Amino acid sequence: MSVMKRMSAIMQAKANKVLDKAENPVDMLDLSYEKQAENLQKVRRAMADVTTAKKRLELQAQQLQAQADKLQDQAKQALSQGNEDLAREALSRRAGLAEQLQSLGTQHQQVETQQQQLENTATRLQAQVDAFRTKKETLKASYTASQAQASIGEAVSGISESMADAGATLDRAQDKIAQMQARASAVDELIDTGALPDALGGGGDDIQRQLDAASNQSQVDDELAALKSQMASPGLPSGSTPPAGSGDTEGAKP
Amino acid sequence: MIVRILGEGRYQVPEADLPVIEQLDDVLVDAIEREDDAAFAGALADVIGEIRHSGTRLDHDDMRTSELVVPHEGSTRAEVAALLAEG
Repeated sequence: MSVMKRMSAIMQAKANKVLDKAENPVDMLDLSYEKQAENLQKVRRAMADVTTAKKRLELQAQQLQAQADKLQDQAKQALSQGNEDLAREALSRRAGLAEQLQSLGTQHQQVETQQQQLENTATRLQAQVDAFRTKKETLKASYTASQAQASIGEAVSGISESMADAGATLDRAQDKIAQMQARASAVDELIDTGALPDALGGGGDDIQRQLDAASNQSQVDDELAALKSQMASPGLPSGSTPPAGSGDTEGAKP
Repeated sequence: MIVRILGEGRYQVPEADLPVIEQLDDVLVDAIEREDDAAFAGALADVIGEIRHSGTRLDHDDMRTSELVVPHEGSTRAEVAALLAEG
C-alpha cells in the first residue's frame, strides 16, 4: 500500500491524539494554539542542540585532520631515514583516521540537513502561530454566533496536521542529535584514551620515538665515523688520551 | 491535490502529475519490502524533487489538510519503515 497514504494516515492519527483532550470545538482551537506555540519552543531548543552538535563535529574533524597531517609528515621523515616499515605504519594509521574523518563528514552533512529542516519548521510554525491566532478568534466568534463547527473542524485538523509534522520533525532531529552525541563521545574517548593510538596525539608517540631514535642513531654513527677518521689520520700519536677531546681542542685553537 | 513533505511544508500538486508521484510511491513500497536502501533513497529524492518542481507552496493560513505525506528529505528506509510500523 502507498507509503505516502499510510504516512498521511499516521500523521492524522497523531494529530487526533493531541486533540482528544479537547471537549468542544472552542477548546480545540485554544489547545491547538497552545500546542503549536509549545512546539515552536521545542523546535528552537532543538535548533540550539543541532548547532552544538555541529560545532563539536567540526572540532573533532580539525583534531583528526591535524593528526592525519602529522602522520603524513612522519611517513615522509621515516622514508627519508630509509625506514619503509615505519613509513608504512604511519600511513596505515593515517588511513584509519581518514575513515573516521569521512564518517565525521557524513555526519556533518546529516546535521546540516537537520538544521535546515528545523529552520524550515520554525519559520513555518511561527507564521502559522501568527495566522492561527487571528483565525481562531474569528472562528470562536462565528462559532458562538452560528454553526461554524465544520470550519472550526477544518482549521483544527489543518493545524494539527502541521503540528504532527513538527512533532515528527522534532522527534527525528532529537534522535539524530542523540546518535551524533553518542558517536561524538566515542570519538572523544578514542582521542582521550589514545585507543586510536598515538596517532591521535596526547600520550607517547611511538612513531615519533622511532624517528627520533633513528635520527639519534644516525648522529651517533656520524660521530663514530668522525672519531674513527680522526684516529686513523696521520700525525696523531696512537694511544693518546681522549681522542675526541684532544681532536676538538686542537681543532678549536688557532 | 495537497501533498506534505515532512519538515518542509505543503504543496498544491496538479492532478496531471499524480501518475508520476504514484509510480515513485510504488518504488518506495517495493524498496521497503526488499529492504533496498539505495532504491528507497533514490525514489524518495525523486519524489521530493518532483513535488517541489511541479507543486506550488501553500500559504501558512491555508488550513487544508494533505492527502499524501512524504517522509522527511534524507530519511532512510529503516526510519520510514519504523514510522510506518508505528501506525
